[in-house]
Amino acid sequence: MRIIRFLLRKEFLQIFRNKAMLPILFVMPVIQLLVLSFAATYELKEVDFALLDMDQSQVSRELVAKFQSTGYFNLQAETFDRNKAMEWLDAGRISLIIVVPPDFEEDLTGGREAPVQLIIDAVDGSTAGLIQSYSASILNDLNTEKQVELKIKSAEPAVVQAKTINLIPQNWYNPDLDYITFMVPGILVVLVSMIGLFLSGMNIVREQEIGTIEQLNVTPIRKYQFMIGKLKPFWIIGMFDLLVGLALARYGFHIPFLGSLATILVVGGIFLVVIQSMGLLISTMTNTQQQAMFIAWFIMVVFILLGGLFTPIESMPGWAQNITLANPVAYFIKIMRMVLLKGAGWQEIQAMVYILIGMGSVLMLVSINRYKKTTG
Amino acid sequence: MNTFRGFVTKEFKQIYRDKRTLVVLFGMPMIMMVLFGFAIRNEISGAQIGILDFSKDEVTRTITQKLEASESFQVMALLENYDEVEGLFRQGDIKEIVVFEPGFQEKLVRENVANIQIITDATDPNLANLVQAYTSNIVRDYVEGLNREAQVQQAGIQPQVRMMYNPELRSVNLFVPGLIAVILMLVSALMTSISITREKEMGNMEILLVSPLKPYHIIIGKVLPYMVLSVVNVITILVLAEFVFHVPFKGSYLFFFLEAGLFIMAALALGVFISSAANNQQTAMMVSLAGLLLPTVLLSGFIFPVESMPAPLQCISHIIPAKWFLIIVRDIMLKGSDLILVWKETLVLLVMTLGFIGLSLKKFKVRLQ
Repeated sequence: MRIIRFLLRKEFLQIFRNKAMLPILFVMPVIQLLVLSFAATYELKEVDFALLDMDQSQVSRELVAKFQSTGYFNLQAETFDRNKAMEWLDAGRISLIIVVPPDFEEDLTGGREAPVQLIIDAVDGSTAGLIQSYSASILNDLNTEKQVELKIKSAEPAVVQAKTINLIPQNWYNPDLDYITFMVPGILVVLVSMIGLFLSGMNIVREQEIGTIEQLNVTPIRKYQFMIGKLKPFWIIGMFDLLVGLALARYGFHIPFLGSLATILVVGGIFLVVIQSMGLLISTMTNTQQQAMFIAWFIMVVFILLGGLFTPIESMPGWAQNITLANPVAYFIKIMRMVLLKGAGWQEIQAMVYILIGMGSVLMLVSINRYKKTTG
Repeated sequence: MNTFRGFVTKEFKQIYRDKRTLVVLFGMPMIMMVLFGFAIRNEISGAQIGILDFSKDEVTRTITQKLEASESFQVMALLENYDEVEGLFRQGDIKEIVVFEPGFQEKLVRENVANIQIITDATDPNLANLVQAYTSNIVRDYVEGLNREAQVQQAGIQPQVRMMYNPELRSVNLFVPGLIAVILMLVSALMTSISITREKEMGNMEILLVSPLKPYHIIIGKVLPYMVLSVVNVITILVLAEFVFHVPFKGSYLFFFLEAGLFIMAALALGVFISSAANNQQTAMMVSLAGLLLPTVLLSGFIFPVESMPAPLQCISHIIPAKWFLIIVRDIMLKGSDLILVWKETLVLLVMTLGFIGLSLKKFKVRLQ
């Protein structure tokens, strides 16, 4: 125990002696959490559109007014020249062209089909999808209004007998569909993972690269003491960052904390051990910090991409969904969101926690065994 | 000149001797490409839903079957009342509950209108939006079918949508340019900064300084191998994009490589700049990660559209080279743009690159004297 205490003191001294490290460990995560949480959003804002209104009727003007009143659409320019509008789309000045054909109002009141053309810049597929669904729902609302008027006035059987099924959406846990609530817990996991994986992995390799590991090997320090001495400081720093992040999430972002903080911290502690063991394993496979860093970064990217942080795991094909089962980051992101946002308790998350514990144990055993071999 | 040639050869050998890093360096773009091409999508497959049917008639059974039959959904739970919803959502697997009102079929026949309530687990707003959209598409198809059978013609406003430049809305088309930017940042900026910092940490810098090499020789020798790697990686991504994912490439390759060269220069200069400020590899790495890579991934429009961000972040995104590079590359690939259309972005990138090069040279010299 005394030896471990000395080792810990040495490691902490080394970390804190390096002036550049302090801001990186304590300021950077806060800034990142702030910046990234606001950046990670798919919400639609201010779509600039051009209008070709060939009908110039009461209804077509109503239609445009409806688009503008939502606050999502911004009328940039009007023209009667389709090519000109297409040029604007090419140049990226607008991302949507609305074309109202001539006789639009006449067709609508006559109980016939009244098409409206939407030409969308689909370079960004997900934005284009949003533009389409928002536009469709605006047109749908307008249509419903007009059909009600028509049904009262019209004697056309076709108009009267058309059936509709209305969908009434109700969003639980996040009625405003607010992205920040959803992203903050996930981004927090990524920041903690980075500190755990990169710094632990590189720290041991550094001793190898500089050659100081030989000095440690000839001291009577046991392997496990050395490991604990290497991992514990970054575990403590990681936990500290997690706490700071959680405080920021609660008091800065006003994320609901429905579940228990203790649960999050316990799982966070276990998760950090898993990630650090992975860093340890990387360090036993590499000889230079550059290699260690690169492999760690590579693994991290795969973990993040397949972690359900940015895009839902449900939207991946089956094989990729299976890969996520081996991804500790995916489990912790899921647990964080469930506990914080839905108030899940031990009952709901225990299976995932056991998996994390299993991962941690296996990785730890493998890397300690490998470490013995490397230093002979 | 001879000394310089020797130095460059040494640098190349040092990198290419290290097989493990090479495998990762060349494997990474491929794996990322595959992940982004196949796994990261904004579509739904096999999302788990529940059905709460208060009517249990022919129509509701048909709609339930249609939901079940679609690739997007698996009906995993049949509920009896509202109280069960919360428990299911808390377990976290079921994302949506479709509720049919009592007397559904009767209402549809008599009054021509019936209501379906869709309760989503909106912790993930993106997913909630998607499952709602998919459900409403399936229901709309069903209603249209009914009306067709009844010989009722479709009346009313019909949106006719044309998706330009990317008609199938394939996200991979959008990701390829972003992926190129991220890989270039990674290889050019991150690896360069670490490799120069390493010389300092190991104490080799002094040796290089007393050699007849000039400071800019040292920089060029250090960055050349990574430059070559970057170019190879870009070509790898383009080949994969073309032959595996069939991403269109409408513009000119020459113009694309000129722009990519510009971006590589900017990234290399940033790498040199970071290395002149950092004293050890850990610092260089963390600064590169936090200062270059994360912003490149998140603030450049690679995954999240810049237009959706709050104003202060949009301002920050202006100083991120990757943002400009992305606009340029997307335009070249998907719209076939030439310099006339993207001269503004190119100018911004050029000014940035020159600025970074000047900055890093100056800083590097100061450190060495």
